[in-house]
Amino acid sequence: MLRPNPNHLRAWQAAVLVVVLLAWQLFSRNQQTAFFIGEPIKVMGRIWSWFLPFGMEPNLLFPEGLPGRADIYQHLGVTLLETLLAFVIGTLLGLVFGLWLALAPTASAIFDPYVKALNAMPRVILAPIFAMWFGLGIWSKVALAVTLVFFIVFFNVYQGVREVSPTVLASARMLGANQKQLLRTVYLPSATSWVFSSLHTSVGLAFVGAVVGEYLGSARGVGYLILQAEGTFDVNTVFAGIVVLTACALALDALVGRVERHLMKWQPRQGDTAKL
Amino acid sequence: MNAAVPPHALEFDAIDVTFRSRDGQDHAYTAVAATTLHVAAGEFVSVVGPTGCGKSTLLNVAAGLLPATAGEVRVFGQRLQGINRRAGYMFQSDALMPWRSAIANVMVGLQYRRLPDAEARAQAQAWLDRVGLGGFGDRYPHQLSGGMRKRTALAQTLALDPDIILMDEPFSALDIQTRQLMENEVLALWAARRKAVLFITHDLDEAIAMSDRVVVLSAGPGTHPIGEFAIDLPRPRDVAEVRSQPRFVELHTQIWSVLRDEVLKGYAQQLGKAA
Repeated sequence: MLRPNPNHLRAWQAAVLVVVLLAWQLFSRNQQTAFFIGEPIKVMGRIWSWFLPFGMEPNLLFPEGLPGRADIYQHLGVTLLETLLAFVIGTLLGLVFGLWLALAPTASAIFDPYVKALNAMPRVILAPIFAMWFGLGIWSKVALAVTLVFFIVFFNVYQGVREVSPTVLASARMLGANQKQLLRTVYLPSATSWVFSSLHTSVGLAFVGAVVGEYLGSARGVGYLILQAEGTFDVNTVFAGIVVLTACALALDALVGRVERHLMKWQPRQGDTAKL
Repeated sequence: MNAAVPPHALEFDAIDVTFRSRDGQDHAYTAVAATTLHVAAGEFVSVVGPTGCGKSTLLNVAAGLLPATAGEVRVFGQRLQGINRRAGYMFQSDALMPWRSAIANVMVGLQYRRLPDAEARAQAQAWLDRVGLGGFGDRYPHQLSGGMRKRTALAQTLALDPDIILMDEPFSALDIQTRQLMENEVLALWAARRKAVLFITHDLDEAIAMSDRVVVLSAGPGTHPIGEFAIDLPRPRDVAEVRSQPRFVELHTQIWSVLRDEVLKGYAQQLGKAA
């Protein structure tokens, strides 16, 4: 019987991918099925053409050869720019409003039902409104993604400020902190620790917001490429777009992980607590 | 007050503290009632009492973190309003900022006073050296043991050179050896600088071994002092050795006879509450 050796985990993970791709390729030998599910080889060919500036001569895998257009960079750049802008703007807004509402109980009580309503609303439906307000350029996408990021950060900051240890707070006051110093040395660090713990979610949502915004109406971006391909029933390009987006999301996530490890070194990690 | 007599470092004058529950006045709880107490400059006073009798409430009033319902707190003769700026507070639970390294925690009070960073760092390092943590400044609180965190908190409090030090069972979470070590160190630091100390504990041995005076509080509600004992043991003391002195045993017996009834009363109340 086949029993996976845990030492060869990577090999087994790769094997799963290969098996899935082979099965996919096999099923797509039927032209009718291929129309719906695409062909892995052609998907890869499409990615090649997107990223590489040189083509490929006709060969066994690509009987028609591959053009090397290297034309995805402007689209990818636009999508990533939207993601970055949405992330920065959404985080700043969430931080400011979260701190404000957490530290002003009256304002918090007044705005509470509205905050809840806005958060409950399916915010993707705002996309048409943002398109009307900000046009079809990047800002309508940024606005949509900001609404997604904002609430994640907002609720985390709110929670972070509310859950500041009363002892730490009392201690800071006894050490002579005034209101401004309390904000800077107690509330803000505590809130940012909650923001960082939600960083993975908020970066992911910024990306989702940007792509969905593009998909709903745009002239540039990876979402636009997918929309175009779908309009011509070019399922291979749709899949290629999905692969590129997934890779980007994974790369962003890894980046966030590194930033987080660097900034959160004061937080105990498992196996790290009993150093002394 | 006679001008020639210097005022006490800390005075409680007929202090009442009543907590109102949110659903009206029917559940008002009087934690502290008619408490009058004073700590002279440079005096080490311990307050003992049964669990849950409002010892910490009293300390929070002295710190200015909690306003008294009635009565007046005076600090060096001045009526206390707001935070007690001349007092340092060592809390029972962890009060270090987890996002700051040990030295940054010791520095923070000095930074609040707008000392330049370099100077604050130098002073904080000196205090870390004094509490035996000179080489651990860059550790974060979660990387330190419970005893080391207490030392850091001690350095944090003392770095501001407060005239009054309030301590709320600061060593109750430590094991007995670490605890005795810390008690001796606190006594040594205190002997060098002679600040007024108000030390809250439920451990009578600790109270007698460290203090000039022990105040016994009654069981709550309406806690008030019911006995005061001057501790005439010679200084400097070693908290472990002093316990075997006949005078220590004698004082312990005297104070315990007053405290025991209150402890039993407090315990009975807690059982009643739980039932």
